[in-house]
Amino acid sequence: MPEVTGELGAMERSLRARRDAGSKLVVPYVMAGMVPEWIEVLQAVASAGADAIEVGLPFSDPMIDGPVIQAAGLASLGRATTVHGVLDALAGAEIGVPLVVMTYYNLVFRTGHRRFAASLRESGVAAALIPDLSIEELDPWAAAAAWGGVETVLMVAPSSPQARVAAIVARAQGFVYAVARMGVTGERRALGADALAVVRRAREGTDLPICVGIGISTPEQAAEVCEVADGVAVGSALVRRLLDGEGPEGAARFVARFREALGP
Amino acid sequence: MGDPGPTGRFGDFGGRYVPESLMPACLELEVAFREAWADPEFHRHFESILATYGGRPTPVTECHRLSDRLGIRLLLKREDLAHTGSHKLNNVIGQALLTERMGKPRMIAETGAGQHGVASATAAALFGLECTVFMGEVDTQRQALNVFRMELLGAEVRTVTSGSRTLKDAVNEALREWVATVEDTHYCLGSVMGPHPFPYMVREFQRIVGTEARAQCEALLGGAPDVVVACVGGGSNAIGTFSGFVDTGARLVGVEAAGGAAATNGVPGVVHGMKSRLLQDEDGQILEALSISAGLDSPGIGPEHAHLGAIGRAEYRSATDEEVLGAFSALAETEGIIPALEPAHGLAWIIAEAGRDIPAGSSVLLTLSGRGDKDVAQVRELLAGGR
Repeated sequence: MPEVTGELGAMERSLRARRDAGSKLVVPYVMAGMVPEWIEVLQAVASAGADAIEVGLPFSDPMIDGPVIQAAGLASLGRATTVHGVLDALAGAEIGVPLVVMTYYNLVFRTGHRRFAASLRESGVAAALIPDLSIEELDPWAAAAAWGGVETVLMVAPSSPQARVAAIVARAQGFVYAVARMGVTGERRALGADALAVVRRAREGTDLPICVGIGISTPEQAAEVCEVADGVAVGSALVRRLLDGEGPEGAARFVARFREALGP
Repeated sequence: MGDPGPTGRFGDFGGRYVPESLMPACLELEVAFREAWADPEFHRHFESILATYGGRPTPVTECHRLSDRLGIRLLLKREDLAHTGSHKLNNVIGQALLTERMGKPRMIAETGAGQHGVASATAAALFGLECTVFMGEVDTQRQALNVFRMELLGAEVRTVTSGSRTLKDAVNEALREWVATVEDTHYCLGSVMGPHPFPYMVREFQRIVGTEARAQCEALLGGAPDVVVACVGGGSNAIGTFSGFVDTGARLVGVEAAGGAAATNGVPGVVHGMKSRLLQDEDGQILEALSISAGLDSPGIGPEHAHLGAIGRAEYRSATDEEVLGAFSALAETEGIIPALEPAHGLAWIIAEAGRDIPAGSSVLLTLSGRGDKDVAQVRELLAGGR
């Protein structure tokens, strides 16, 4: 049975330590089950310098995902990926960095809040990011997550007024996910003007690590945003390479370029 | 059927499950709607457009020949006679007025059968708004004529090729577009679905159907009918109808497509920003609804329907494609009215249950939510195939 602890979660402890030591954070996203060797991809990405990894649990109706993550989700569901299959696989693997599961609320709700939280904990997953769960609807999950010892990563958006940003970062755990631009996940040529502003606004209310995601595709963009942010989340650019068949080695090479651009 | 409050709850259902990027827009929309709906000038404008442009009030027609055959007294609320051929106009006029009031120059919409898309394109033309309609690739093929209609009305139709390429994915694609364009764009959602305030707002714009029908039944029957029937996909015509009779003794019956009966076969879950009853598998993956009528192919019902079902105030039944085709022909042959396939589901249930679940001699009101012109080609093929 999971038990409540008053201590910092594994995600927050680990990312704070890295940030406080002067490092910038690289948090790649991989869709669970999208390729047969997805566990090896996680391990390769961790070895290449990721500080944490977002593991996508595929959902049939991914509201905030663009075409690349949608395709990865379809590929994964096509391979008969299930919540429990993914968590069982993670339980049996040594990845080496803290994991945050990224999925949509219906999978949590259908499984049951407590059962989902307990399953994450038992699989060694530190945190959950549920983008369609606004702070207004957060309580049932937050209670189960606290019970299960799972951290809840929350998003702030360019459209969030300052009062909402303050309310969100006050409840966020692990790290704050700052949405770089209004839109769905996907690669973009240039950083939006919103990206830096949203980080500065989040910073006013928290000293949690702040990672920027949605539209971060290149090491150059990562370096630019990390002048203000503590790190970056990189999804579609990596997932596209996996869809193209680049495998664990290609994923590692890609993440290593971000590590190099942001320093050790 | 009151105000669901700031959290948008109908009992256990409803709410607002959207990414943070969209939360401010949902909150802003709720404020704008509540202000407008409390403004007598807004109501005057809304009702005046529906009267002089939309053709309201629509009549209630008594079906003498079909009534004789069924041994009941059957009345139809004729939303098929409203401009654009369905009840959808009520909602889009309301939302277009609100779009204008919020100072946004553009609307987006999703559509299944094309009725809501055509209505949205119509309202956009009337108000001088830009309009983009998202429609699943499967539906653009099933309803090619409606695609052309929307284009004639100046709208852009975007074919959705993601997921199952039907209504549910059109909603996803519209939500994604809304995230990216929310500053200058209003999402004109077509049913009593989605995040708060949509289920509440769309019900209020469709309430006019029930309000008129109540007064018309009063004049014809001297009171409410024994049974009030409407088809349910997302459930906007049904909610609008039920809102006029919920405080009477009338039985309220929503009829779904057997291939998409979320009220009967669905379990509670969250998709498209709302908590409701949904067709889904054990893991929580949303299943596709499949029936003869694209307009009912929704994997979920509106949250207020889930609530009305849970508290026992409304009942939900279903009709098979075969029963629906029979009802479609029966109304054409006995009354000279070609119904849309969606309300033909309501009629199919009435025909199947007259003298059984509907006692002989009962008075029954069916909302005929749309006309069948859009379905004639499809029905022709189906009937030819069946011979």
